[in-house]
Amino acid sequence: MLSVKENMIVEFSAPLLEKFAEVVTRYPDGRQKSALLPILHLVQAEYGWLSVDAMDKVAAYLNIRPIEVYEVATFYTMFFLQPKGKYVLEICRTGPCCLVGAERIMQHIENKLGVKEGEVTTDGLFSWRGVECMAACGFGPVLQIGPEYTFYENLTEGKVDQLIDELKQKAQTK
Amino acid sequence: MARKLLLAHIDVPGIHTFDVYRQKGGYRAVEKALKSMSPDDVVEEVKKSGLRGRGGAGFPTGMKWGFLAKPEGVPRYLVCNGDESEPGTFKDRFLMTHIPHLLIEGMIVSSYALGAHTSYIYIRGEMMPQIRIVEKAIAEAKAAGFLGKNILGTGYDLEIHVQPGGGAYICGEETALLESLEGERGNPRIKPPFPAVAGLYGCPTVVNNVESIAATVPIVNDGGEEYAKIGIERSTGTKLISAGGNLVRPGVYEIEMGLSMEEFIYSEEYCGGIANGRRLKAVVAGGSSVPILPTHLALKTAKGEPRLMTYESLADGGFVTGTAMGSGGFIAFDEDQCIVRNTLNFTRFYHHESCGQCSPCREGTGWMEKVLHKIEYGYGDMSDIDLLWDIQKNIDGNTICPLGDAAAWPVASAIRHFREEFEWHILQPEEAQTRNFGLVSEGVMNPE
Repeated sequence: MLSVKENMIVEFSAPLLEKFAEVVTRYPDGRQKSALLPILHLVQAEYGWLSVDAMDKVAAYLNIRPIEVYEVATFYTMFFLQPKGKYVLEICRTGPCCLVGAERIMQHIENKLGVKEGEVTTDGLFSWRGVECMAACGFGPVLQIGPEYTFYENLTEGKVDQLIDELKQKAQTK
Repeated sequence: MARKLLLAHIDVPGIHTFDVYRQKGGYRAVEKALKSMSPDDVVEEVKKSGLRGRGGAGFPTGMKWGFLAKPEGVPRYLVCNGDESEPGTFKDRFLMTHIPHLLIEGMIVSSYALGAHTSYIYIRGEMMPQIRIVEKAIAEAKAAGFLGKNILGTGYDLEIHVQPGGGAYICGEETALLESLEGERGNPRIKPPFPAVAGLYGCPTVVNNVESIAATVPIVNDGGEEYAKIGIERSTGTKLISAGGNLVRPGVYEIEMGLSMEEFIYSEEYCGGIANGRRLKAVVAGGSSVPILPTHLALKTAKGEPRLMTYESLADGGFVTGTAMGSGGFIAFDEDQCIVRNTLNFTRFYHHESCGQCSPCREGTGWMEKVLHKIEYGYGDMSDIDLLWDIQKNIDGNTICPLGDAAAWPVASAIRHFREEFEWHILQPEEAQTRNFGLVSEGVMNPE
């Protein structure tokens, strides 16, 4: 669902607009709409989520209607339409990972962070959610953290604790 | 030792870089194809090789290439399908991570064969690290003169671009992928027209899986006939199998077609048997969509012959006692795993991933999920099993794309082969909440 309660007014920086321009060159003339997914990824990496204002400005940039951006952003699961924690832990919850303990890991993360799936911790640092198969079934359980989609394999409760502690420290030192 | 065509140099340090890949004989196929072969010669070699699409459908690649329309003045496109997301499958991620230049080399050879001058590699958005690796490989190849204008002085021009997906299983279906590449929702198109006639931007297009494109490199290097010498019947060459689940050594293996399933699971060269000293309960041989098989049918066909890792042997017995090669996503279930729970999990996956265009799939997957949830959590009724059977039957074959079939088959096969386990969940709900059913052969319905 698009966020109507919260909006974030954005102004794309010159370096970001330069990246947009490079993406558009990949497609034939008049086919700039193909740049939509790559550009939405760039916007989300910059702001953490896609506000209505950000999507409207992407539409204006690509010379398409805002609804064309909304319909794409709502279709693909990687795009966040609500503000999320600084670090979103995405754990694979599909069959093969469940055979090797993914459900246990998700329960552990829920306990450790003290928030339910999709919610944000009070310090604004963490969210978590189960996602579908991440194509790493031989190394499960696995989780990823955007916007670089850093990947963590063969998870155990201990590894998860260590990761969360590291991320907390990283946030403090910044 | 089995022959390795794709992963022969996988353990060489630095093989992901252009220089090392080149030292190991990389880009010879580009030199050979562009300098001494016509595009049609390359198509001919691929036809001779018998290569079949490695993404799941198993359609002969050379034949697919042969269908490509070639109207004058209209660009043609090659699009590589790197939207790997069939549960159990992780071979393309492995290949792109460790030996990205094999994919780029294959892309150049294949684009040349098809007469494409702009090609796209569509990689699922979650694989951002792999996108970076492949983009770097493209830049390296370009700097070395293997991409761009007038490649190796032959007059052939080619640019390759990487396109990220957005997190949608359905975009692995080729027409949904093309929609996505055009900046649209991933709704599969009604066929015909097939992409070979009207694909990307309405132009003739070939969509091939990462592994299929990589396989064109040894085919060009050694010739199609040489490639076809490996394997049995219409299953030629080697296949990447990604093995996961309860195995001693899960991972990606390159097998020669024709290896027995038993050897693949138990030998030290491959998976090394079932983890933690457990026994094998069931196998999903080709990604979550293909029918699940109990151990006895996984290791031997209904005729009692050893089950081989070939398109034909895996399909032996049809969907009654056989399964399919699919994408090569191999999942092993040990005796502690619950078939009902796994079927629920897979069904939830398909419900989540249904694009919503066709009613049978949109409604049916959610309905099956609800019924399976009821059974798994101890509120099932015996009539629910028949209901499930009825729903899956009404999805199968009644949708625009194969996602509907893919959602129906795991449910059908689970009921067909593990009906006792469903019944046990319904008749002994309290017991089913506290322990697993185990192996059918142990007579759990009437424990001693």
